Amino acid sequence: MANKVRIATTSLAGCFGCHMSFLDLDERLVPLAELVEFNRSPITDIKHCAPCDIGLIEGGVCNAENVHVLREFRQNCKILVAVGACAINGGLPAMRNSVPLEECLREAYLDGIGVENPMIPNDPELPLLLNQVHPIHEVVKIDYSLPGCPPSADVFWKFLTDLLEGREPGLDYDLVHYD
Amino acid sequence: MSHITIDGQVVPFEEGQTIIEAATAAGVYIPHLCHNPEYAPHGSCKLCTVNVNGRNATACTFPAVEGQTVCNNTEELNFDRKRLTQMLFVEGNHFCPSCEKSGNCELQAVGYHLNMLDNHYPHFFALRDLDSSHPDLLLDRNRCIFCNLCVRASHADGKDVFAIAGRGINKHLIVNSASGNLGDSDINVDDRAAHICPTGAILVKGTAFKVPIGQRRYDHHDICDMSAGEQHGE
Repeated sequence: MANKVRIATTSLAGCFGCHMSFLDLDERLVPLAELVEFNRSPITDIKHCAPCDIGLIEGGVCNAENVHVLREFRQNCKILVAVGACAINGGLPAMRNSVPLEECLREAYLDGIGVENPMIPNDPELPLLLNQVHPIHEVVKIDYSLPGCPPSADVFWKFLTDLLEGREPGLDYDLVHYD
Repeated sequence: MSHITIDGQVVPFEEGQTIIEAATAAGVYIPHLCHNPEYAPHGSCKLCTVNVNGRNATACTFPAVEGQTVCNNTEELNFDRKRLTQMLFVEGNHFCPSCEKSGNCELQAVGYHLNMLDNHYPHFFALRDLDSSHPDLLLDRNRCIFCNLCVRASHADGKDVFAIAGRGINKHLIVNSASGNLGDSDINVDDRAAHICPTGAILVKGTAFKVPIGQRRYDHHDICDMSAGEQHGE
């Protein structure tokens, strides 16, 4: 089918829980696959985003690579969606924002209980951490947000079927939760 | 009896009642956070803003007067209320997935009621202190929305444990004790002030996560459909 809607997904500073929740669509994935195809996504292992109709972003931005990936998605996706609490407000990773970055690294890699060979990782391939974790709407324009930690499969289903059937997406009371 | 109209509905009131008191008595929900019928109005959260004869006013402080035409549940006012709620979310550090009050939180409930799906504004990530010094109570200032309810309730308890100090981003809840810690104050777990917080800023220890997800107060029930007592967690 030539005219499938193209979707890209990624997890930035997230736990992949939103992706797991997406997979909770279970048997609904079969009819969905008739209508959409996946481009860049952990599901396909495609590394860079081609022009897409919908981009689903899980997680906030905690490092330089997150910012690059997020901008690539914005450039390539007609509709960009903040998926889950971390994308919307930074989520649990942003709870480090009250602690200076150096202290975080010190605790994790030097002074923490049980640390062996204390050393702060400095491989040049590792993306540099940002001083604070930010929600993605502070970096690029976001078209829709799906709250929840994670948003349930029903939220994904309602949102995607609304879009695919040409309706303005909306979530009823039972589909809106922040945890 | 005198009457006002709210969204076209005739609502009776008694002399001296505010608009929100008349509305509540008639079963009309006006969104609010700093208002609690037990205490004198504070008028700080602005969520109860209604339009009275063409001008916006807070329903918790504005007296009902014969013949007033009040607009409440309008798209325009609810949009303003959503923006106000978003400001409250970005001003503090409200991480619902890690908060014991989640599901029973009035701030969250108002967000749900207004179909608030994002926080719109950049986050402050303000630095706020946490006080776990009290054996029975936790004070997490990250979740404080400065509604002043604990201040008012503690005053009514005859203890004056709480006050709000500072301005702007440095505004914070202070505790009336020599050390400034809750554990050294007069507050007791049975005080009204220990249970009045609409968010998770003041919590009773040892009670978290007792109600499963799905059965919490606002999981499936819009705060607008609840009685006045239920809205405030009773």
